[in-house]
Amino acid sequence: MIQQVPDPIIELHNLTVTYDRKPALWNADYTLPQNQLIGVLGPNGSGKSTMLKAIMGLVKPSSGDTKLFGKEVDEVRHRIAYVPQRGSVDWDFPINVFETVLMGRYKPESLFRRVKKEDKNIAMEALEKVQMTPFLKRQISQLSGGQQQRVFIARALAQQADLYLLDEPFAGVDAATESAIVGLLKEMKEEGKTIVVVHHDLQTVFKYFDWLVMLNTRLIASGPTEKVFQPDILTDTYGGKLNILSQIVDLIQKEGYPVQEKNT
Amino acid sequence: MEGIFWDFFLLRDANAAWVLLGMICICVASALIGCFTFLKKQSLAGDAIAHAILPGVCLAFMWFETKSPIVLLGGAVISGWLGMVGINQIQRYTRLKSDAALALILSVFYGLGILLLTVIQRSGNAAQSGLDKFLFGKAASMVKDDVLIFLGFSFLIIVVVLLSYKPLKLVIFDPDFAKAIGVNVKAWDFLVSFLTVIAIALGVQAVGVVLMSALLIAPATAARYWTRKLSVMLVLAALFAALAGIIGAYISYTIPRMPTGPWVVAILSFLAIFSVLIGMENGYIRRLSKNYSHGRKMLEENILKCMYHLGEPNENFFQPYSFTQLQERRYIETSRLEVGIRRLGRKGWVKRTADGVQLTAEGLEEGKRVVRIHRLWEVYLSTYMQLPADHVHDNAEAMEHVITPEIERELEHQLAYPTKDPHASPIPYRKD
Repeated sequence: MIQQVPDPIIELHNLTVTYDRKPALWNADYTLPQNQLIGVLGPNGSGKSTMLKAIMGLVKPSSGDTKLFGKEVDEVRHRIAYVPQRGSVDWDFPINVFETVLMGRYKPESLFRRVKKEDKNIAMEALEKVQMTPFLKRQISQLSGGQQQRVFIARALAQQADLYLLDEPFAGVDAATESAIVGLLKEMKEEGKTIVVVHHDLQTVFKYFDWLVMLNTRLIASGPTEKVFQPDILTDTYGGKLNILSQIVDLIQKEGYPVQEKNT
Repeated sequence: MEGIFWDFFLLRDANAAWVLLGMICICVASALIGCFTFLKKQSLAGDAIAHAILPGVCLAFMWFETKSPIVLLGGAVISGWLGMVGINQIQRYTRLKSDAALALILSVFYGLGILLLTVIQRSGNAAQSGLDKFLFGKAASMVKDDVLIFLGFSFLIIVVVLLSYKPLKLVIFDPDFAKAIGVNVKAWDFLVSFLTVIAIALGVQAVGVVLMSALLIAPATAARYWTRKLSVMLVLAALFAALAGIIGAYISYTIPRMPTGPWVVAILSFLAIFSVLIGMENGYIRRLSKNYSHGRKMLEENILKCMYHLGEPNENFFQPYSFTQLQERRYIETSRLEVGIRRLGRKGWVKRTADGVQLTAEGLEEGKRVVRIHRLWEVYLSTYMQLPADHVHDNAEAMEHVITPEIERELEHQLAYPTKDPHASPIPYRKD
């Protein structure tokens, strides 16, 4: 089930990425719609992070290409905010919350210039949106996992982009933070942004996403959530072992969704 | 003695003044770039590259037959750079991990350097004397011409590092993010590596290849224990390095045949060890004192809890108890009990009467809090970890002193305010 869209925001053509000749992502080919909350799902090592990195040009694909907003990534970097996995940086680095968020205002062409007042204000607003204003001066190692993730998201917000790519923003994050972040992402969608999230928890898929990309090194499916979140596609994605999973899917579909209370 | 002191510090002796100036510049430049290699977790690479410099110096000397610092510096930079590239390529294209790559480059280059040094010394070249000082440095024999060159390069490093503070912070903290916003991370990595090699090539002439890495690592290590800010860390590292440079130069000026380089390294090492021990940021002594104050907290909370337990059966919490009664319920050595009671008294949580020790209203709340956390945690363990009731007590004994009010509230919320713990004891909640 791979549904193509007209006027896509992200376009992959036969994208293959290999590490040490082992394919991490194999021949992915899809288009993603604008102004949607898009979930990327798949088991560990299925190429989800690799895909985001390839889209951002952080890893070189061995074949294929990507288009963002119909252009090469280098032409549109200022319109994209990328949130790496939390574990990818050293949280002991001597830097505080505000300085980290302020990095969202850095531009390659003005790296040497001093930070403007306006940029500081934007960073402050971003901190407020993730409710981290009280931790402004904290050194980042003194934050909990959820707070660290909020800092990363605030940095992305400060970038004021049109497209957001988030790599596992809910990994190791407490429930309160997760629902706060989801609320924020939905708000951003209302404002016309497009958000792509690498995600793990199948139970929340329906509640969170409009569109799903299912990966297992190769592309299994891409389409609206209700069309993609089907037992056969899930079995394809996660291999045949996930009996409990298919049971959950059955259950959710039988009961009719949403299965959880809305967070208001 | 005093005369010498003023001669030195008022720069009356021109030679000594040049040595001093040279040392300060080299030390500060190494310290600044060293902070970034330290944060990039490449401290050890500095050591390998310092050793890798030796063959370049020897070859430059053999080729040009001069000890001119600019020639030797050129040889040093080329050879150090080859070492750096070698380390990266080995990690990239072979199965060797970084420690093996570093060891390989260090030993191969250094071995080659020593070999060449021996060849030079046997060649009978008149100018060769003193080249072996590259092993341990020859700071005190720096003359004006050397120092001017060192000054120039040190200044270059200092200026570049300070100007690039913002991008370096970005690129070292989060290279993926930097790449994503379009920053040329490779170019910045190259700059850091290149400046490191130059700093090492300079420093080697002052402290020698063996001790060079200390000039890079020690100031950064010392500074990191005093601050959480990169800007402050850079300033502190530069100050520590300058201080070590000054003291080292002074010692070798006043005491005959005392080498400058090793003294500088010794002082820097002392500063680093001192900072690791007593630094404000997670220094060893600070950790000890944290442990000590946690120990005090545990003692106090255990006494309050004990008094709460004693009052629980007949709900009379303000009854006075003797030490023996307390110790029967929970054994605490009399001397420690005395200390704990005294401290609790000062906080107003217990008071002493003629009949013994009794809780105050505030003390009761505090005791209740500890018991509440203990029992909530037991419920949590048995519900979520499926631990049997007789296995949860010991863990709760520890956790009751650790859990913060926020986690306490979270526990209450998640467990939906249970009334009894797994041993069927009631959980005392706050009144509100």
